[in-house]
Amino acid sequence: MGDLYLIRKNLFRKKTRAVLMMVAIFVAFLLFGVLGSFERAFNSGETGASATRLVVNNKINFTQPMPIAYLNRVRAVEGVRVASHWNWFGGYFQEPRNFVISFAVEPDTYLDVVGTDYAFVPEEKAAFLADRGSIAVGDAVAKKFGWQVGDRIPLTSNIFTNRSTGNRTWDFTIAAIFTPARDLVGTDVVFFHYEYFNETRSFGRDFIGSIVLETTDPALNDKVADAIDALFANSPFETKTVTEAAFNKAFAEQLGNITLIVTLVVGAAFVTILMIVGNTMVMAIRERTREIGVLKTLGFPNGRIFRMVLGESLLLSFIGGGLGLAAAYGACIFLAPLVGGFAPGLTLALPVVLAGVGFMVLLGFVTGVIPAMNALRLNIVTALGRD
Amino acid sequence: MSNAPLIRIFKASKRFTKGKETITIFENLNLSIPQGDFVAIMGPSGSGKTTLLNLCGGIDRPTSGEVHVAGARIDSLPEGALSKWRAANVGFIFQFYNLMPMLTAAKNVELPLLLTKLGGAERRKRVETALKLVNLADRLNHLPREMSGGQMQRVAIARAMVSDPTLLLCDEPTGDLDRTTADEILKTLQLLNRELGKTIVMVTHDPEAAKYARRTLHLDKGVFTERDVAAA
Repeated sequence: MGDLYLIRKNLFRKKTRAVLMMVAIFVAFLLFGVLGSFERAFNSGETGASATRLVVNNKINFTQPMPIAYLNRVRAVEGVRVASHWNWFGGYFQEPRNFVISFAVEPDTYLDVVGTDYAFVPEEKAAFLADRGSIAVGDAVAKKFGWQVGDRIPLTSNIFTNRSTGNRTWDFTIAAIFTPARDLVGTDVVFFHYEYFNETRSFGRDFIGSIVLETTDPALNDKVADAIDALFANSPFETKTVTEAAFNKAFAEQLGNITLIVTLVVGAAFVTILMIVGNTMVMAIRERTREIGVLKTLGFPNGRIFRMVLGESLLLSFIGGGLGLAAAYGACIFLAPLVGGFAPGLTLALPVVLAGVGFMVLLGFVTGVIPAMNALRLNIVTALGRD
Repeated sequence: MSNAPLIRIFKASKRFTKGKETITIFENLNLSIPQGDFVAIMGPSGSGKTTLLNLCGGIDRPTSGEVHVAGARIDSLPEGALSKWRAANVGFIFQFYNLMPMLTAAKNVELPLLLTKLGGAERRKRVETALKLVNLADRLNHLPREMSGGQMQRVAIARAMVSDPTLLLCDEPTGDLDRTTADEILKTLQLLNRELGKTIVMVTHDPEAAKYARRTLHLDKGVFTERDVAAA
């Protein structure tokens, strides 16, 4: 028997109370784990953005197109290493609820720009570049729909009509399935050839959604952005050039301030738990006043009793919080395929776990320090005289 | 029994302040108890019996005066040193046993040994010995709620004895027990005094209990009114 044994025995002496407190803490940490991971994944576009990548959009907003002729002029700007473009397709597979994030791109330059994000099998990459009717599919999408390389798949647009067929569907052959090359990159996305799309779409020909480029040096980003926007100033399609991080942040903010929402929800849960557990711990220790007096009488020093009471609330916090984070891990695995489109790579990441452990320590300390101080200051004669 | 005093209280006073009123429990009290003695302290409620016991055990301090126990002047020891001193020198037995309800008899008895550097095996051995001494070897794994009052008090005696203290302080140890059980407990205390040489100071209201002590001191309004009454 040691102090930990006594702490455990004291904590579970009233099992129902201990379990209820643990459930409350469990729920708070489950919420923290899932929402914290979601927020991280949702904002991964900002945090995981390349330092040298810029995005050029129509100045009005990113849904407005610009002429493809702009691309070559951008390429000529000093400090631009490579420039490509994308066009939002608004696709789905078979029925609208099977939404697929899909872009028409200039394959060779686009894969050069985003080369650090995605990993390709070289043969598959070559096949994708060679075949205008092919499509490169992120592994998350392939897994979701059970697609394999070589499959022929239809993608329907909720924006464009296919001139050659009169309907909104384009058929593609899967040439490549790519995987994330680094952390915080989602693969809930497909790319296909702009040329093939551009030739067959019924409107918007020779227009593109955005230009995406790599600069030769992050220090040149501002200069390059200013130069590009100056290039198209006072034209019918003025541009606004921002870093990829800023673009992704602005895109994410279309859905609202997720970070604030997550902070408020988790904060409210923690404040509630703090009050419930803190109050219960104070009562639990008060019920044991006489026993604490006996321990002191036996010779247990004040510091050791302080540590034992504090240890009790820390143990409670770690059990409830640990189970909560473990459940959050499972919940993230379950939710990842469902929210991959806007929160790519949803997983209980190490920073969230470490923050969770920090919160466990904080919760245990804050809820335990008052009863521990009360126990520390308890006078033996008073304690033994109390019923 | 040795003539050397184990407990020496010199001109001890104890006063409490309650609101604007100061209550004097006793004033300039002197007491000497030799090693190996078994003293019963009797007196009416509020006479200062328990306060005196608390002073002897280092769980309370006099307002003035000196308390020397087992060679140490304990009234001036700092809190941490006093805790260590209590763990090494004193065993306490209370009226209501004061066992930890979530611990078995063995674990309750083991508590004082957590303050020593003894290993687990040695601690278990000492716990078994102490419980055998009070005839509870078969109740090692019983929780307090599974035992009678007499058995709980015997566990409390084993707990007080397990670290082999010089002094046992008993505050109404039989106050919550029937006569037969009380006699068993008192015989155990008598055995500890006579066979193992433990110095015992027992506060009691019960004249029958006091008969088991070597002598009885009567405390009334903070003054010893009668001393050295020979016991049975």
